[in-house]
Amino acid sequence: MRRRHFLTLSAATLGGVLVYSLDRKASLLSSTQKPLRLPLRFFTGTEALIVAAAASRIFPSDDSGPGAREAGVAIYIDRQLAGSYGRDRFRYTQPPFEDAPAVLGYQGKQTPREIYRHGLKSLTGFDLLGPAEQDKALQQIDSSLFFLLLRQNTIEGMFCDPMHGGNAGMVGWQLVGFPGPRMSNYDEIEKYYGKPFRPKPLTLAQVTGRKVRPSEDEP
Amino acid sequence: MKALPAVDVVIVGGGWTGLLMAKELGYRSSQSILVLERGPSRESADYANTMDELDYAIRLRMMQDLSQETVTLRHNANKRALPLRQHGAFLPGAGVGGSGEHWNAQCPRFLPDCFELLTQTNDKYGPKALPDGHSVQDWGITYDELEPFYTRVDRLLGVSGKAGNLRGKQIDGGNIFEGWRSEEYPTPPTKMPYFAVLFRDAAKSLGYHPYPAPSATISQSYTNPDGISRGACTYCGFCTRFGCMVGAKAQPTNLLLPIIQKRKNIVLRTGAWVRRLLFDSAPKPVARGVTYIDDRGEEVFQPAALVILASWTFNNTRLLLLSKIGEPYDPASGRGTVGRNLTHQISVPSATAFYSEPLNRFMGSGSAGMLMSDFDGDAFDHRTLPFLRGGHFAARGYGFQPIGSFGVLPRSVETTWGSEWKKAAVSYYDRTGTINFTGEHLAYKSNFMDLDPTYKDKLGDPLLRLTLDWSENERNMVDFTTPKAVEIARAMHAEEINPFGGLRDYDATRYQSTHVQGGTIMGGSPVQSVVNPYLQHWQLPNLFILGGSTFPQNASANPTPTILAFVYRTADALVDSYLKKPGPLA
Repeated sequence: MRRRHFLTLSAATLGGVLVYSLDRKASLLSSTQKPLRLPLRFFTGTEALIVAAAASRIFPSDDSGPGAREAGVAIYIDRQLAGSYGRDRFRYTQPPFEDAPAVLGYQGKQTPREIYRHGLKSLTGFDLLGPAEQDKALQQIDSSLFFLLLRQNTIEGMFCDPMHGGNAGMVGWQLVGFPGPRMSNYDEIEKYYGKPFRPKPLTLAQVTGRKVRPSEDEP
Repeated sequence: MKALPAVDVVIVGGGWTGLLMAKELGYRSSQSILVLERGPSRESADYANTMDELDYAIRLRMMQDLSQETVTLRHNANKRALPLRQHGAFLPGAGVGGSGEHWNAQCPRFLPDCFELLTQTNDKYGPKALPDGHSVQDWGITYDELEPFYTRVDRLLGVSGKAGNLRGKQIDGGNIFEGWRSEEYPTPPTKMPYFAVLFRDAAKSLGYHPYPAPSATISQSYTNPDGISRGACTYCGFCTRFGCMVGAKAQPTNLLLPIIQKRKNIVLRTGAWVRRLLFDSAPKPVARGVTYIDDRGEEVFQPAALVILASWTFNNTRLLLLSKIGEPYDPASGRGTVGRNLTHQISVPSATAFYSEPLNRFMGSGSAGMLMSDFDGDAFDHRTLPFLRGGHFAARGYGFQPIGSFGVLPRSVETTWGSEWKKAAVSYYDRTGTINFTGEHLAYKSNFMDLDPTYKDKLGDPLLRLTLDWSENERNMVDFTTPKAVEIARAMHAEEINPFGGLRDYDATRYQSTHVQGGTIMGGSPVQSVVNPYLQHWQLPNLFILGGSTFPQNASANPTPTILAFVYRTADALVDSYLKKPGPLA
């Protein structure tokens, strides 16, 4: 059995609850007082802190809006790696593995889990550095497979349906004005030419009234 | 191996072609029909819960499971092919409905001269005009012969659009470059996303002829000749890589499955992985049936009087090669027919442009938009140009979702992460629009399919190997058309424009289209083709092959309506002639 690991997020790091506004600026409504202690499925507590810190340098929380920290990107990545994606359930993984030109796609043997486990070793102590040092450390590795995967997964965790553990409070969707799985735009598609149409976002569960099981929760 | 009770007809594949053939034969004859589909069962009611970009558009849950089987690819015959370990340039579907469930429902027809490409090009430009090494062929059928079947497809799907050529009469606002139509589209054009309106106005101002994209995601409620009713599209934007939540998109599960399920003479069996076609060479050549791995993992023999191969391009070709039916194509000698004339379709973002206004890009559908065919086919003179043929431009409102479209930026932004990048990506997110070009890919002797000598599928059978690259004709076509798109984007008042950088080596990682064709091509003689224009195998007259694998070369247009038109034509030939008197139809 895997020893239980947790990621503890304080009210300060979580940034409180954001509300949506039509001018695209998300603003703070309130701050949860108690720290959140979230059970991890794949990372150790230390790994999760490094991933959270690195994701928030890739997609920072700053004056252009909330980022990876508020969206819960580290939680999202932890769940993805624990599920079928992390173990390459749907990739062709038969040998021989050979080097190839980039246009033939990733030919490596390493699964996303292995890429993270290996890549995180190059970021030991990363979460304890200041922002400028963190950026410097990431610049050292920003053409590596690990970094490119982390960057892609960070974008996913910013904008996925919240059932996947990211985009908490739909902060990512509010940031770019995406309403989620909106069932009908029939009356609006030709009405807002040249003007922003920013309906209040809803999650898939809110739209369908049913709980949907995300693929990472399947055996 | 256990032999199952014989059926009259066994159909391999439960997608568009297999299910349309099952419906036609099942209704118009008393034949017992068994459809074998290797993927899962599926119904259109399933789609209410699938509006999730991550699981469906990014993790691609409706596509074939590559851990079981993929293809290998090399750019030319001197190189070693490697497996495509994850999806990229094309997205073949799995399960009932196949790729017909997750398609964009774009419904253009092929241009009339595509069917006689060799003859017409030689007549107009001389026998030396086609590029060295080409293997372009006539299809053995003309557009005029196919037109009635195209019309049946339009009615089946309820296609929304505006005709540009009604029985030879040009109509402004439709595609004036298209072949003649015997009747107007069944439903009017879709609503238009703002980006498409900007494109339409700019293209018109430059003297071009934009027209509404023909769409099988329909603009208003419609009941087709089979009595199947569908409602109008709601422009939710969850089309490409999704099944349609409201059933406005034409899909095998909403058009064909409900009819098939009512017929006692049709059985659809899922989880059935067809491994070989069996045949006898003597006393006379005849297909005997198929073997498949059933849902319990046991390999069984299914005898049938008529065998219809209705899988996707790759598996149609691979099953013939694995079953040793016909002679594999050898590019060195030019002998053999199975695997030849592999073509894809050019599909490039000609001009990605950044505007000052919001575009509300989340609203749309996979086929709502404007097209422009002024540079398609032979609509323009090629005598002074370094290429033949062409393609169409498209400005669509697919319904953009944030994981897939965040971070497309003008070239002036140099960072790819951090505050500055994020700020730019947020700011440009809803102000980005792409004019795409979709162009014709000629057939070449050097582009083909055979069996890979190294890599195997989950059962130990060799993977299909693609030998495929672009040639100068395609590269020059793209270099010619990209500036045209940039000109239109400029007339749309774009603030900044990223022109496409040009076609280099065939890139298996960039999604282009799920329109791979060839391998079991049709033609006028058994020397150069696998099937006759009734899609009947030249040597085994009780074997028919449906789908894009039968196309001698790609046309610029998307292939589904043409694929289905040929299914109707073959179904007619089976019901009206073959079933009464089995034997060669051509």
